[in-house]
Amino acid sequence: MLSATGIVAGYRRGRPVLDGVDLGVAPGEVVGLAGPSGCGKSTLARVVSLLHRPWAGRVSVDGTVVTRFRHAAPASLRTRVGVVFQQPRLSVDPRFTLRAVVAEPLLAAGADRATAAETVAELADRVGLTGELLSRRPHEVSDGQLQRACLARALAPRPGYLVCDEMTAMLDASTTAALVRVVLDHVRDTGAGVLAISHDESLLAVWADRVSRLGGAGRPGAGGGQQEPPMTRGTQSA
Amino acid sequence: MADPVPETTDTDNTDTDTDIGGGWHSAARRRAGTPRRAAAAAGRARLRGGVSLVLLGLLALVALLVPWLGDAAGQQVDYAAVLRPPSPAHPFGTDGSGHDLFVRASAGLRVSLLVATACALASTVLGAAVGALAGAVGGWLDRLLMRLVDTVNAVPHLLLGIVIVALFRGSLGAVVVSIAATHWTTVARIVRAEVLSLRSRPFLDAAISGGSSRARVLRRHLLPAVVPQAALSAVLLLPHAVWHETALSFLGLGLPPHLPSLGNILGESRRAVLLGAWWVVALPSALLVLATLATSGLAAGWRDRLVPRRRSELAL
Repeated sequence: MLSATGIVAGYRRGRPVLDGVDLGVAPGEVVGLAGPSGCGKSTLARVVSLLHRPWAGRVSVDGTVVTRFRHAAPASLRTRVGVVFQQPRLSVDPRFTLRAVVAEPLLAAGADRATAAETVAELADRVGLTGELLSRRPHEVSDGQLQRACLARALAPRPGYLVCDEMTAMLDASTTAALVRVVLDHVRDTGAGVLAISHDESLLAVWADRVSRLGGAGRPGAGGGQQEPPMTRGTQSA
Repeated sequence: MADPVPETTDTDNTDTDTDIGGGWHSAARRRAGTPRRAAAAAGRARLRGGVSLVLLGLLALVALLVPWLGDAAGQQVDYAAVLRPPSPAHPFGTDGSGHDLFVRASAGLRVSLLVATACALASTVLGAAVGALAGAVGGWLDRLLMRLVDTVNAVPHLLLGIVIVALFRGSLGAVVVSIAATHWTTVARIVRAEVLSLRSRPFLDAAISGGSSRARVLRRHLLPAVVPQAALSAVLLLPHAVWHETALSFLGLGLPPHLPSLGNILGESRRAVLLGAWWVVALPSALLVLATLATSGLAAGWRDRLVPRRRSELAL
């Protein structure tokens, strides 16, 4: 169980983006997270993928309470939660080939080059990348192809939980469908839990087992016209 | 007025402003220059790079070959030919001990370039390490290291260099240490700034999430990204180090007298100038100026190619 309770987090002192948010993702479950722009969806994603230290609250992965974040968190805990970001262009090192991008977590875990190459080939096959594409650099491929590589990278350490932060926002319908299918296959094969963040309600209706809402999306008129991101009072299961 | 006034009745605003230079341009456009001017500037930059490269190659050849070919003549003391002006036999003339100055200055150039390269390498490695550490780790270590940088910068470089050389006595190693120990700070700042700008990129988040350790992130993502900047500042440091070495040797604190650096030659010969022997100072200095200009011209060309947005606000 990947769970977050009473999360208060933000970037500037005195202006929390999240204020007392609870979230739980059970293994084998796809939890959708919806909400208006600026309500803190991505911040929550960063918190549960151990990339952003919350000001208060508790994050636990399979019963282990996380006390330290980013590099300070143990690598085994970090790789338990995979993450795919919204903008593939920014989330890969422009110097790497796609093959190196996908192999990076494997090599970081101490795999030797031969087994890493084998796993990369298998992952590339799963997300639909050809060998020719793997030898290109990020600026030579499309956003969709790059996002496939990012998904392959996130799946490489066989994470128990996968956080997809607007994974499909930049992509066309067919690529979206392909990537969602890859994620669902991973859930079926390994029993992983998925936190699927999107503002696309119709996608979440198909993809997720249940959908949580962040922010005042339910309240009329809360979404627009505000300068500051709305304070959240916890998620409500739909 | 022969021309009829245009249809607009308010003629006071249709002044000559619009006729100068073919219409109004934004400030950014005016600063950037017209395309034609930009093309001319690019051509000049390419010419500068080419000339610098050829010049530096020639100087390197001179520094390598001339002392080797004319060693006997250069070291030979010939009191029958003291302070001779430039002639076909002695292109740069001779100094107060009858040394052939061309050979001696070439040997000096060799020593100076060697010292400069060693200094540039040492200070770049040290600066890159400190800057990367400060930028990547952050927090109190960053603050501590940057205050150290400020402290080193606050002391005049030449003064600090003199103290260091005085501690170790004049030798090649001491000169290299004294210049490197005072010049790593620029590289450290550049590398730290670059690392800081990289730190918040999502691909580092992805690497952390993928289980990469701090050292791995530094090695695989941060250092490769700062290599162009660091290498560039190393090249920019070369001419500066030549000047420093020359200054130290001129003051009698640098290299021992048997190593003919440009600074030593200039320091030894300054009394000869009073006797009217201008060539003793002017010609070795010209060699020094040429070497510095060629190196910085090359570095400027390289910088333009690597970092076009910081086009050549070049400090020598």
